[in-house]
Amino acid sequence: MSVESDNSAEPKVKRFMYVNRKAPHGTVYALEVLEMVLISAMFEQDVHLTFLDDGVFQIKKGQNPSVLEMKDFSKTYRALDGYGIEKVFVEKESMEERGLSQDDLIIPVEIIGREELGALMESMDVVLSA
Amino acid sequence: MGPLHTVNKSPFASTALESCLARLTEGAAVLLIEDGVYAALAAGAAADRLAEAANRHPVYVLGPDLAARGLAEASLLDGVRVIDYLGFVDLATRHSAVQSWF
Repeated sequence: MSVESDNSAEPKVKRFMYVNRKAPHGTVYALEVLEMVLISAMFEQDVHLTFLDDGVFQIKKGQNPSVLEMKDFSKTYRALDGYGIEKVFVEKESMEERGLSQDDLIIPVEIIGREELGALMESMDVVLSA
Repeated sequence: MGPLHTVNKSPFASTALESCLARLTEGAAVLLIEDGVYAALAAGAAADRLAEAANRHPVYVLGPDLAARGLAEASLLDGVRVIDYLGFVDLATRHSAVQSWF
């Protein structure tokens, strides 16, 4: 990167993206990523959270996994804002394929197209996906 | 009665449902469980394929798995029947065999 940042005492803030592609309760991936995101908030990086493919179902309203005696972590997504994680994206095409709209989602998100999402991913320093 | 086929994977992430539906025989029934329940969304991309199968075979979906995922019964494809765990047991005993697609 720039010479200026090499000489700086401040560590460089990196652009991080967490990519969620899995449905929430059939596997443990969604919960694990959520915990990783909450921890990463402490490191004051530039965090981007993205939901695409079946990952969109992670933030579907009305989830009640307690009927399966499983933890309801869907409410935790609402706390992300309080952790300074405000850059949340949902892929438009993924939402439409599943018959979902912004009204079905637990949290306000920025809805972006597939092509735009690809470009956003490309602009990251670190991408972690599950 | 023919076999009861259970599908536990999302139709958007796996070909399990497609593989199952392509092999249904006379008298067979389909039960969607776990992430398989996403296939029953009327507005979802898998709806047409499942509706076609539902014309010829009983299609069931496990209620607790719908509730866990926040899927309302009103959002499901017409003709799909919601059952509970006792209903699952009942189907398993009435059909000749249970075949899992995962």
